[in-house]
Amino acid sequence: MSAVAATARLSRLLTMVPWLLNRPGIELGEAARNFKITEQQLVKDLELLFVCGTPGHMPDDLIAAEWDSGRIYLANADAIARPLRLDQDEAIALIAGLRTLSDLQEPGERRAVDSALVKLSAAAQDAVPAAGRLDIDLTPGQSGVEQALGTAREALRRHRRLRLQYLVPARDEITERDVDPMQVTSIDGRWYLEAWCHRAEGVRLFRFDRVAGLRLLDVDGTPPGDAVSRAVDEQLFTPSPDDLMVTLEVEPRGRWVAEYYPVEDTQELPGGRMRVVMRVASPDWIPRLVLRLGGAGRVVEPTALARQVVDTATEALAAYGTAMSPAHHEPSH
Amino acid sequence: MSSRRTERLLNLVICLAATRRWLTKEQIRAAVPQYADGDTAEAFDRMFERDKEDLRDLGIPVVTGTDERWFDDEPGYRIDRDDYALPPIELDAQELAVVGLASRVWQQAGLAGPAARALTKLTALGVDTDDAGAGLEPRIRTPEPAFGPLYAATRDRQAVSFSYRKPNGDLAVREVEPWAVASRNGRWYLIGNDRGRGAARVFRLSRIESDVKRRGRTGAYGVPESLDAQSMIGKHVPPVDDRVATVLLRTGRGAGLRRQVVASVPSAQRPGWDELQIRIGDAGMLAQSLAGLGPDAIALEPADLRGEVVRRLKGALATQAELAAPEQLITPEETIDVVSQP
Repeated sequence: MSAVAATARLSRLLTMVPWLLNRPGIELGEAARNFKITEQQLVKDLELLFVCGTPGHMPDDLIAAEWDSGRIYLANADAIARPLRLDQDEAIALIAGLRTLSDLQEPGERRAVDSALVKLSAAAQDAVPAAGRLDIDLTPGQSGVEQALGTAREALRRHRRLRLQYLVPARDEITERDVDPMQVTSIDGRWYLEAWCHRAEGVRLFRFDRVAGLRLLDVDGTPPGDAVSRAVDEQLFTPSPDDLMVTLEVEPRGRWVAEYYPVEDTQELPGGRMRVVMRVASPDWIPRLVLRLGGAGRVVEPTALARQVVDTATEALAAYGTAMSPAHHEPSH
Repeated sequence: MSSRRTERLLNLVICLAATRRWLTKEQIRAAVPQYADGDTAEAFDRMFERDKEDLRDLGIPVVTGTDERWFDDEPGYRIDRDDYALPPIELDAQELAVVGLASRVWQQAGLAGPAARALTKLTALGVDTDDAGAGLEPRIRTPEPAFGPLYAATRDRQAVSFSYRKPNGDLAVREVEPWAVASRNGRWYLIGNDRGRGAARVFRLSRIESDVKRRGRTGAYGVPESLDAQSMIGKHVPPVDDRVATVLLRTGRGAGLRRQVVASVPSAQRPGWDELQIRIGDAGMLAQSLAGLGPDAIALEPADLRGEVVRRLKGALATQAELAAPEQLITPEETIDVVSQP
């Protein structure tokens, strides 16, 4: 066993002893789940505790551990009966996490966060200044999103169904559907609603910044039993064999594309330009992206998509030539 | 046997925590049976030194001292039990539930291990959590390799250097005294004193292209009391443009844009189109959206918005058309050659 594994196991044992002392008769399975280990590993841990103790190592000096009945009883472990204090990183992680939550809670829910923060900060004073230097802002920052988040969370609390107007940018349309909310979650700064969608009859993930309308219905919104929550990043980043690879070249002022969208590969080009390879489920939005870039980027491959950019831009400019604009008489291009 | 080292460490913890007196090395050697594995005094010394370090790395306060009454030269060891133990933090079930939520914020990020261990220690005090949070699961991720070292350097107040890709694409070496590591809109930033420029700067972690090297000692500088990391990141937010734009949209198109709309009527001049009044907000963003809609949108007013949309469309066409001529294609091989030249 490596030194790291030995100390990691020691750390687990030092937490396990007080945890078990405070829960006499707890079942093996439940204890194993709490420590995220198998029951076999838990029994190995108990066997190890059983042979450790205060100097002398006569039977009376050793930790008493009993688990034959499937329930665990521990005794004679006074020296390590309390959990080890939080180390600096542990305290920082919790304090910074609580501060992040504190910005997100609705006023009625803030009590628990604020009082937990006070108690933890008092117990780990040394870590408080360093925790202040880790600053996470998960607030959505758009009032529309904030409002929809509030509605969704209320629906979750009250187990209510939601009527959702949702923008599907790839098809440039707003769809309406009834959904039973499962969780509200954020990843990479974006907020998502995971819900059972009655239109698709499946679990779907909706981006809050694409919600065009959200209304609480006075209908029970408990998702069906077979609605299983999945890790959000798994749903977002699972590549499909049908995906299309698109290669773009961007100017320095178009480099944000590689930071904003998930990319497969990037390559530096002379002059601060960059080649970006993206995997897309539907390429329809790529010409729109290039038009938005306004000259700061272009499609290299596939060539059909490159032609589409030229055609769309030409058509759009032609419309400006003929658009009625009473206030301005610009020459057409 | 593989558990032997853990066993030795655990016995060492118990023996040092159970004692009220200072224990000399010889007493410790006699008290921990696994030290019999080292047959020489040197072997024991090596084991003991390493074990002490391992315990201190876990945050276990192994202290040294002597019992002054005996004027003994040889220092003894013990664990300060008050300093060892987690103070009795009395969290109720609701508070513990939000601490659990705070711990899960890190589930897929750099501090996942410490956050999970901290929560287990708190539950070891005896309270069980009722899973609250009403289905709210905020998560962050730390995909940038620079996060770990910059977090540690910020915690320890130790200067760092790294090579940084500037927004214009150039690479430059930066030496920075980290003040804060901050996340907003899913992006990580380092805020600190840029030693080369003698001024506060904000760096995007995704643009750091080298390993982060630590420079000098820890605790080497102070962090401004009034530092507000989030407002430093937000400094470049463009001011809100309160004007209202007039825009033609083909009926049924531009669903996203229609969410910002103040008023919408069918266009009198153009059947099949709607005339929309839209609050501009961020003029650059609106021009981008309108250009992106291509032939489905026409910006009418104000003139600067209309001009910006036309400029973008012309720019996109020129840049794309240039490449459409086959002789202009840059092959990947040529590109690599150019990049690798000094």
